[in-house]
Amino acid sequence: MASAGRSARTGAALLAPAFLVMAATLAAPLAALILLSFWTQDGFTIDRSLTLANYARVLTLSDEPTVWNGIPFPFAYPVPAILLVKSLTMSLVATAAVILIAWPMAYFLAFRVTRHKAVWIILLTIPFWTSYLLRVFAWKIVLGYNGAVNSGLMSLGIIREPLEFLLYNPVAVTITLAHSWIAFAVLPIYVSLDKIDRSLLEAASDLGDSRWARFRRITLPLSMPGTISATLLVFIPTVGDYVTPTLVGGPTGTMIGNLVQQLFTRQDNAPLGAAISILTMLVIAVLVLLFLRLVGWRHMRGRG
Amino acid sequence: MTRRFDALTWYAVLFVAFLYGPVLLMPLFSVNDANFATFPLSGFTLRHYGAMAANASMMQALGNSLWVAVGVAVVSTALALPAALALARYRLPGKGPILGFIMLPLVVPSIVLGVALLVVIIQILGLRLSLWTVAAGHLMLCIPFAIVVLMSRLEGFDPSLEEASRDLGAPGLSTFLRVTLPLAAPGVISSLLLCFIISFDEFVISFFLTGTDTTLPVFLFSQLRFPNRLPGTLALGSLILLGSAVLVILAEAMRRRGLPSGGNP
Repeated sequence: MASAGRSARTGAALLAPAFLVMAATLAAPLAALILLSFWTQDGFTIDRSLTLANYARVLTLSDEPTVWNGIPFPFAYPVPAILLVKSLTMSLVATAAVILIAWPMAYFLAFRVTRHKAVWIILLTIPFWTSYLLRVFAWKIVLGYNGAVNSGLMSLGIIREPLEFLLYNPVAVTITLAHSWIAFAVLPIYVSLDKIDRSLLEAASDLGDSRWARFRRITLPLSMPGTISATLLVFIPTVGDYVTPTLVGGPTGTMIGNLVQQLFTRQDNAPLGAAISILTMLVIAVLVLLFLRLVGWRHMRGRG
Repeated sequence: MTRRFDALTWYAVLFVAFLYGPVLLMPLFSVNDANFATFPLSGFTLRHYGAMAANASMMQALGNSLWVAVGVAVVSTALALPAALALARYRLPGKGPILGFIMLPLVVPSIVLGVALLVVIIQILGLRLSLWTVAAGHLMLCIPFAIVVLMSRLEGFDPSLEEASRDLGAPGLSTFLRVTLPLAAPGVISSLLLCFIISFDEFVISFFLTGTDTTLPVFLFSQLRFPNRLPGTLALGSLILLGSAVLVILAEAMRRRGLPSGGNP
């Protein structure tokens, strides 16, 4: 049909400006990053011959201590692979915590809230849109040496000296990551729970299913598309997070993003930083595909 | 039955307390008459806010952020509206992959997006970092959000209104201006507000792409390292949170306006 062809052409023309801007600011930079990762840098000179040396270095144990601003770098042996595994672990723990905590909240929103649903949803989305930097900073105030928890416990007479182990460690990073992303997880789970046809639950009830059986056989499986999206939406961006480990991580709480930042902004070795970024994205992509293969595709394509 | 309802409601209340508790400590300590964020509170004061307003470099950063955020909001929405129209109304080959590509910034860690742009700007184009490069980064981040907001709005109203207009002889542009745009208006305003907020609050990408002129979050980050500047930081942070929250509520109110209010909003 002629009009369909014209329609597709008009559509493409309407889409083109946004697409071109995204190509220039997203596709081209990512392509450049990939290219850069195959170059090498020695001092300030960049060698443009293609090599896998950066990728090899990620997996090679190095025993030369790194110095940063005159002080030894937090991790004296910069082994990016170990740092990547640590980042993945912290993100996975944070993601698991987020899903477990967000799920009952989403259930409450879908099944218990009847009036003012919009108010609840806005209440939950506000923190997501407002400054991420400030939400992370807030945890520094909560957990710091002179922070709210320590001074609160001291003024209540529960402890005499401030607890030093609260801030600047992997646990603080994981808690802060979980807190920052939790609102983002409630919404997809809520949407899939809200879509569940209530007559299915009534039918199961009429046919004698117990409350638990209805939950296990209807509610939980039908919530999977949202639960899976929530898992991915939290896990993927947290692996490369830079703000949280910088502000609340301390020497032991650094993540892969901190290493990438060091390598780029201090003119140290941008090609190595590029290789680490690409490798991080690849590892995330492989994990996501494995996860989807294990639990996902069936649910994603189903009623979602 | 009643008891279960109570347990779940309590859970929701605790959840909201956990979500907001840490963040609300910032405004609380910003009016506390002390130089550390500690309990017990020692009296109400607005002096931290006064000191903040007198800080010239901070006002400069605020001005930069406002300019970038307004520009980015207008340009992203202007680019996203036709794109959302195309994606919601036209049958396009490869629509899925195109949409997937545009939504990529939502799942790629922002540090990767930041350094990738840095590579292009410095190594390939040889440009200097400035507010323009910051704005380019924000544009990439905002366009996906603008498209999502506008698509949901465009899918929320009946396309037969546009068909009726065309059948009655209004050409494409006229239909767009007199039917589509007014119906999409709440979505457009919502998109403008959200893009403004995203740009105004964005830190990681700005951190990599900022030159000598900083934006407010980058300035704020530079202050976080100095414990003696904590009170001023708290005051600034509280104002940013308050302003952002107000705009988010406005954006949500606009987005929901006139949408069918069934069981699945």
